[in-house]
Amino acid sequence: MEVLVVFLPLLAFLIAGSIALFGGPKAAPAAGHGHGHDHGHDHHHHAHGHDDHAHHDDAHDDGHDDHHVVAGPPTVGDRAAQFVTTGAVLLSAFLSWLLFFDVAVGGHPRTIELATWIRSGGLDVSWALRVDQLTAVMLVVVNSVSACVHLYSIGYMAEDPQKPRFMGYLSLFTFAMLMLVTADNLVQLFFGWEGVGLASYLLINFWYEKPSANAAAMKAFLVNRVGDFGFALGIFAIFVLTGSVQFDAIFAKASTLTGASLHFLSWDFNGLTIACLLLFMGAMGKSAQLGLHTWLPDAMEGPTPVSALIHAATMVTAGVFMLCRLSPVFEYAPAALEVVAVVGGLTAFVAATIGFTQFDIKRVIAYSTMSQLGYMFFAAGVSAYGAAMFHLFTHAFFKALLFLGAGSVIHALHHEQDMRKMGGVWRKIPFTYAVMWIGNLALAGLPFFAGFYSKDMILEAAYASGSPVGRFAFALGIAAALLTAFYSWRLLFMTFHGKPRMEKSVYDHAHESPIVMLIPLAVLALGALFAGVGFHQWFIGHDRMEFWGKAILALHEHDSIEAAHHHLPGWVGLAPLVVGLIGIAAAYIAYIQIPSLPATFARLFKGLHQFLSNKWYFDELYDALFTRPAKALGHGLWKSGDGALIDGVGPDGVAAATRDIAGRVSRVQSGYVYHYAFAMVIGVVLLVAWLSMFG
Amino acid sequence: MASWPLLSFTTFLPLVGVALILLFCRGTSPDVVRNVRFIALWTTLVTFVLTLFIWINFDPRNPGYQMVEKAAWIPDFGITYHMGVDGISVLFVVLSGFLMPLCILASWEAVQLRVKEYMIAFLALETLMIGMFCALDFVLFYMFFEGVLIPMFLIIGIWGGGRRVYAAFKFFLYTLLGSVLMLLAILAMYYVAGTTDVPTITATQFPRNMQLWLWLAFFASFAVKVPMWPVHTWLPDAHVEAPTAGSVILAGVLLKMGGYGFLRFNIPILPEATEYFAPLIYTLSVIAVIYTSLVALAQEDMKKLIAYSSVAHMGFVTIGMFALNQQGIEGSIFQMLSHGVVSGALFLCVGVVYDRLHTREIARYGGLVKNMPKYAVVFLFMTMASVGLPGTAGFVGEFLVLLGVFRDNTWVAALAATGMVLGAAYALWLYRRVVYGKLVKPDVKAMFDLTPREVAIFVPLIVVVLWMGVYPSSFLNVTSASVEHLIQTYQTKLAASHAASGLSVAAR
Repeated sequence: MEVLVVFLPLLAFLIAGSIALFGGPKAAPAAGHGHGHDHGHDHHHHAHGHDDHAHHDDAHDDGHDDHHVVAGPPTVGDRAAQFVTTGAVLLSAFLSWLLFFDVAVGGHPRTIELATWIRSGGLDVSWALRVDQLTAVMLVVVNSVSACVHLYSIGYMAEDPQKPRFMGYLSLFTFAMLMLVTADNLVQLFFGWEGVGLASYLLINFWYEKPSANAAAMKAFLVNRVGDFGFALGIFAIFVLTGSVQFDAIFAKASTLTGASLHFLSWDFNGLTIACLLLFMGAMGKSAQLGLHTWLPDAMEGPTPVSALIHAATMVTAGVFMLCRLSPVFEYAPAALEVVAVVGGLTAFVAATIGFTQFDIKRVIAYSTMSQLGYMFFAAGVSAYGAAMFHLFTHAFFKALLFLGAGSVIHALHHEQDMRKMGGVWRKIPFTYAVMWIGNLALAGLPFFAGFYSKDMILEAAYASGSPVGRFAFALGIAAALLTAFYSWRLLFMTFHGKPRMEKSVYDHAHESPIVMLIPLAVLALGALFAGVGFHQWFIGHDRMEFWGKAILALHEHDSIEAAHHHLPGWVGLAPLVVGLIGIAAAYIAYIQIPSLPATFARLFKGLHQFLSNKWYFDELYDALFTRPAKALGHGLWKSGDGALIDGVGPDGVAAATRDIAGRVSRVQSGYVYHYAFAMVIGVVLLVAWLSMFG
Repeated sequence: MASWPLLSFTTFLPLVGVALILLFCRGTSPDVVRNVRFIALWTTLVTFVLTLFIWINFDPRNPGYQMVEKAAWIPDFGITYHMGVDGISVLFVVLSGFLMPLCILASWEAVQLRVKEYMIAFLALETLMIGMFCALDFVLFYMFFEGVLIPMFLIIGIWGGGRRVYAAFKFFLYTLLGSVLMLLAILAMYYVAGTTDVPTITATQFPRNMQLWLWLAFFASFAVKVPMWPVHTWLPDAHVEAPTAGSVILAGVLLKMGGYGFLRFNIPILPEATEYFAPLIYTLSVIAVIYTSLVALAQEDMKKLIAYSSVAHMGFVTIGMFALNQQGIEGSIFQMLSHGVVSGALFLCVGVVYDRLHTREIARYGGLVKNMPKYAVVFLFMTMASVGLPGTAGFVGEFLVLLGVFRDNTWVAALAATGMVLGAAYALWLYRRVVYGKLVKPDVKAMFDLTPREVAIFVPLIVVVLWMGVYPSSFLNVTSASVEHLIQTYQTKLAASHAASGLSVAAR
């Protein structure tokens, strides 16, 4: 069953990929060109290129979902690809719920060895499927959301000519993510890690004709690679410390290594601390934590279902999963945990500040994702792993819901993503409107919605941990909660309320999405409603010890969830709710009551507003620090290093010198006998002189 | 089977093909040319099958030389015809055999001029390459090692691009300079050991001072071949001017001769010098990884970019072997094999578009995914393998090398690991400019997707890259015993000489 869960999506990818490449029956026979698989759509594409770009006139809306091309009715190949991929992932999702109840609720963790992977000296890496409680939770999250997204994509991508390719990529992603969460060792984790990176690269770049998509995809891959640089070094450090990369072996050794030091670069570090920090660097890249976060907003170039699946619910949470998986190691590296908590808190706050100045609906949600990931990280940083995983779980549902809901809005408004061109459509798309409310209520953490349970627990645990970094993260978390509520309702009001700000024809044509898109929304809405209330006893409640078993380790003195349950001032529990309500009220005033207010504020605090809406200038900073110097250096080394110095002194120089000397020597060869005789005499004289002196 | 001289048979079989071509193919009519191509293809295919037999016949648990053949050759000087393979060399023999038929296929239509001579050059090259990896006598080795230069020189100089003569001479001079020094080293060793037999010399202890000089002489030869920074500048020129198949062999096999030389001679024969010079190798390799990756980032010519990436990848190879532990050396052998396949495939990818548009300038392309989707998939796959995506061949070697060197020197590991980021940068940047974007240029629009012949070339490459990435044990099993033995030899000899020098110090 475990094997099926993981490999069904791979099989589906291979089938859909073959359909995409070798083509089922085409919609229209490719006339004239003769080669390539989607030429039949060329003409359509060019015909539509112009009106698609008609609304590219605004400086801010570079993230348009506007590459849809009318492709005629779906072909047999399209349908087959959709059926196979969606069916496979649905089946996987069903089986993973069975596994969840057996493994997590029933308490039967297991590991299935598949094959040897790399064996060299003391290094022994296997392909294996480890299904314990932690994995079971992830399986459920990944496959459920993935199934919803697959289904939704059938409707959302209906106008795209390359459906099989899209569905195939989604399944490939699902497979890689499943390999990641079922990994039994760090190297297989790395396999899944890079695999989801590849899928993310391909999906961001799905509309490969857009330069912005090309750039965003590359950026995503490269920034992640920077993180993976740390990840890889972390794996090596763990191997040097414990002699293994297999989880159980590492965990068994970890407690004995608290004092061990590791010579890294030129310094002696606490071994576990440096190893954990290096691994955390990988987590920062994948989960878009502050410093390595710049790729996530740009990744919104991909189609919206991709944003929901990869850049909200699953892939970006891989870093959180990694920390929880490695909790038996991180627990013995308290200094590393403090760093995690600080980075998480800062991320939560900074992302929220950027979120409320953006106008692209997807980017707002992207920053909100980044901010929520920050919460999960500082939860892990204060050893509240259960809470981190719980927030991961609830967040997957409501954030996927928000993204897919946003997609439904975008779909309704003819691929408009700029919230300044929306408004007043709530009567036209009531279902979408309703689920967006549910999503936002869950995100803001209003009572009885999913986020209420998980986010409150994180904030309480951070406070209850009692450490300075815990309090610091708590303060930032509360501030971010205020901003979260504000930008969520800002989004809601700007999108659905007020006067319609789009062209009249767009407004008139606005329509509710087809049923195939609404079903996933309904499912996720149920998740956003009940994932919190239904599961909190298991994840963070009194049953949590039995529920998690050995999958998560929090040392007794670190156990902040325990502390939060028992000794906590009453106001700490109330604070998130209060600031949430304040945020909603503020948004109501600013966007419904006095709509001129935001502009006034932007004018009054021009500098601050600029700073925030330019995302704290991270992109500009990195461009100046890394991108441009690397290119300039490359060019310089090529021309002056290889060209002038090495070749100039080396082969070309030698060649020139040889020519030069040969030229001179040839002048000596004049052909006159007396010249030669003279030379010979000089030679003899020199020889005799030398012999007489040294001989 | 043991009495059957399998190695010699495999080595000289391509010469049979040469003889067939010379005997039966006269003239230049299309039929004759076709026959030449088919003879070359069948010869290389049969040779490949024979190399597979060698692999099957190889006992991975035995760390020593196997399928050994020994015959007196110039008895007065103790020179023998001595062939044999161990875990370090056997896979390179298979690699040579594997790439050759693909090269012949890749030249099927691209080469129209002097086809007969071209095929002869390639077949001769194959004999020399396989012989080089099997030779266990220094004189024999040297003949093969140097002999390789000649057909390659001709391939670049005759069937190359615009600046082929410059490139051919640069290639020749660089490599020859090193070779001369190696010859001197071989002579010196002969005077000490009284033989040119490699196993005997490996068992000989050379004095420390002599080791240093010998090591440098070998280094001069092998460093050029690898190529290591700063003697790498012949490679981009040679690659750019070489015909596609020439680049494949150059990157796929010829570069490995340097790495193989280090493993076969420098490390086991000259352990003290190896220990002494390892920091030098580390430094040059780390510079190579970072420097050439940055330079690759700035390239405007597809082949040059991949050539520079080769230098960077070979930097990993030299780093790994001088980490002198199991993971490092096995990783570096694996990296050589995977680089042989992957960079060969990348040059073939360039060849595909070069055959259609006759330019290697990156800016001339763009949007190929639209009209060449199959090509885009293959190219992406090989790009990812070159980047070292887990699950492909590129990952295993890189990972093992970095792990190995991390155990020895974390600075080197950390600096070399930046290659992971830079490597992704130039590879994806190339891919983006060639394959993605809008398809606007009319001549690029007219390009057609992979032909069945090209598919037949790429399918085996993809299969092998995946196989190496998913189940590398098939390959690591072969190398592990010999590598273990190599490390043991190295450490025993080192310990012995340290003990000896310790004694002599004490005696004084």
